[in-house]
Amino acid sequence: MNAKIIIENLSVQYDDGTESLRGISLEIPANEITVLFGPAGGGKSTLLRALNRLNDLVDGVRVTGRILLDGENLLDPGVDVVALRRRVGMVFAQPIPLPLSVRQNVTYGLELAGVRHAGKLETAVEKSLRAAALWDEVHDRLNDPAVALSGGQQQRLCLARALALEPEVVLLDEPTSGLDPISTAKVEVSLQEIKRDYTVVIVPHSVQQAARIADRAAFFLQGQLIEYGPGKDLFLKPKDKRTEDYVTGRFG
Amino acid sequence: MSRQFQERLVFLLITLAALATVTPIVLVVGYIAWKGLPAVSWEFLSAVPRDGMRAGGIWPAIVGTLYLTLGTGVIAVPLGVAAAIYLSEYAKDNSLTRAIRIAIINLAGIPSVVYGLFGLGLFVLFLRFGTSIVAGCLTLSIMTLPVIISTAEEALRSVPQSFRVVSISLGGTKWQTIWRIVLPQALPGILTGVILGLERAAGETAPILFTAAAFFLPRLPDSPFDATMALPYHLFVISTQVPGMPIQIQYGTALVLLVFVLGMMLIATVIRSRARARRQW
Repeated sequence: MNAKIIIENLSVQYDDGTESLRGISLEIPANEITVLFGPAGGGKSTLLRALNRLNDLVDGVRVTGRILLDGENLLDPGVDVVALRRRVGMVFAQPIPLPLSVRQNVTYGLELAGVRHAGKLETAVEKSLRAAALWDEVHDRLNDPAVALSGGQQQRLCLARALALEPEVVLLDEPTSGLDPISTAKVEVSLQEIKRDYTVVIVPHSVQQAARIADRAAFFLQGQLIEYGPGKDLFLKPKDKRTEDYVTGRFG
Repeated sequence: MSRQFQERLVFLLITLAALATVTPIVLVVGYIAWKGLPAVSWEFLSAVPRDGMRAGGIWPAIVGTLYLTLGTGVIAVPLGVAAAIYLSEYAKDNSLTRAIRIAIINLAGIPSVVYGLFGLGLFVLFLRFGTSIVAGCLTLSIMTLPVIISTAEEALRSVPQSFRVVSISLGGTKWQTIWRIVLPQALPGILTGVILGLERAAGETAPILFTAAAFFLPRLPDSPFDATMALPYHLFVISTQVPGMPIQIQYGTALVLLVFVLGMMLIATVIRSRARARRQW
């Protein structure tokens, strides 16, 4: 396994004393879909947000341990967080298009990074919209406001927007929770496409989705990593009783 | 008392209360317009006062108020908006921030004549700006700042937090996020606050009384360090200080001031409603 991200003994604590993650160690391989799943409050989203330091935006969070991205500890205080977030993109649970046009949403990150060349931006728009399986639906309305798109289209736009920066890792936090089954299927198909070029880490919105898309799966319960391994193993022959109970629907 | 009767009575009372608030505005504007309109002519608007202000026009006062309002904007808007950005986007919840907020609230509560006296002491005398447009603008700016800061902060805070998180997650710095997303979205709200603040500055007499206003100066000011006539002060002067003043000139001046101020209010309202219609969240 070619590990893209190595997480060592990661703990996240809030200033009211509650612990969101306790001593997590985990290796996330490149070019695969790694699924983080488990009941709500298990720490999945916290882990996801640790991977591009979005937890920094919350006051009073203490993060200990190490997260190595290509061998470099991204929790190091000296890390250029802005550059890190360009390498590690994020798609959120709710589709949140910026109050701009479809095209501007896709080019936003690139322009922030200083890309001015019009041709380069045009290429990026088409390429990332195609990767997010959205190009055919919006190529003739690129100048429309992004909010004019349907919810499913908006979420794929958010995916395209993250991909436009050509990050190495794409994080998705329940990206299909607000979508209908058809839009969900489209997003899942595009995930299978993009994993060829990217490392994908996703918090799915259901166990069924986890089982459908996982190359590797990690089961979280109350801030602890219970079991981690190839998706097939976790969902078909889980080793831990708690994992088995959860994937078979006995709780959660 | 039946419930139905109670229902009707309450409805009647609150309707009357609502009408009661509208009545004075309609009466004031209507009365001033009715009494003042006969005095308003092209000469009244474009000529300098003659005959101890008993004849001629009010052109220097109009220009003076325009200069004072614009000058106040030039000083107070950048300062106020910057302070609002600091408070909304950067300030942590600590004692410094609380001190700033208390200062702003207190600034808003100071009577305007006290600003005038303060401006006289600091700008006119100590800094030796003399009775001048600059001193008046600085004084009005201090008075206007709390309005601009609090409305601008409100406008900035109303921009959804999720936009900021998205922008940051796409590799934006804090400032890029503010400049490209937060400020443009908050701009209509900020503009509304700016205009409301400046509108108040345009109509105030006390702050310019000792700092900028000239009793009688039948020419346009020729430098920022020159004193100037101004509509509110001119109105005060011709209403109380000049014997034998034709009453319609007083009402004409009041009407011009009212149109000036209400016009600014109208612009603010148009900006706000247009932005609401365009808003995407």
